[in-house]
Amino acid sequence: MHAAPAAASVVADALFKSLADPTRRSLFERLCREGEQTVAALTARAGVSQPAVSKHLAVLKQAGLVRDRHQGRQTHYSAQRDALVPLINWTSQMTGFWESRFDRLEDLLNRMDQ
Amino acid sequence: MNQTSAETLSVVVERDMPHPPEKIWRALTQPLLIEEWLMKNDFKPVVGHRFDLRADWGAVDCQVLAVEPVKALSYTWNVSRDDMAGLTSVVTWTLTPTSTGTHLRMEQSGFHPDQPRYYQGAKYGWQKFLADLEQVLARID
Repeated sequence: MHAAPAAASVVADALFKSLADPTRRSLFERLCREGEQTVAALTARAGVSQPAVSKHLAVLKQAGLVRDRHQGRQTHYSAQRDALVPLINWTSQMTGFWESRFDRLEDLLNRMDQ
Repeated sequence: MNQTSAETLSVVVERDMPHPPEKIWRALTQPLLIEEWLMKNDFKPVVGHRFDLRADWGAVDCQVLAVEPVKALSYTWNVSRDDMAGLTSVVTWTLTPTSTGTHLRMEQSGFHPDQPRYYQGAKYGWQKFLADLEQVLARID
């Protein structure tokens, strides 16, 4: 009961940070929508330089959101959608945590009456 | 609601309680009472005060951001972990007197408004992002 929200917060941290940037969000969304792509293909439509795209991809990779695959001189990136689960679950897990704490708070308030 | 809530990932829990705000305020701000319903702590209702909430699974680093006696209380909520910066979130309590007691509202926001790097350039909010993404995932799977 107690471990879930803490663990979720820690895991969600890297996800929050990596997806807080709109350029990274759009890169990730494109990989989700369109499947595996090379850095060059991503750069062509990203509106930022290739080194910038590579840097963003490295952050996404660090968070487990993308995976890279080297083929010849090209690096292909693909989205790892399972990595998003903790983020999508964060709200419901924290809600459950606080609901239970509200219950305990009410118990305490009732006892303070006596 | 407001622009800020659209830009954050937030959790809101609220409840009407048949107790006066002064009593609830004590439960939210006195360490021994906090321990009974939340966690062990060294809380002080002083802006800037740093405190820990401790449980068997670990600790939460907190710092008091705002204290408005019997009305509002706000503190940061960062899960301690040496190898991670910690999820920056803020817990805000709001007490509103009602005819039968108090309406108690807790909001935990995933990002703090004082950290503009999380906000600047954000095209749209987290809720929309997650909703969009879930749609994308649903189509693929």
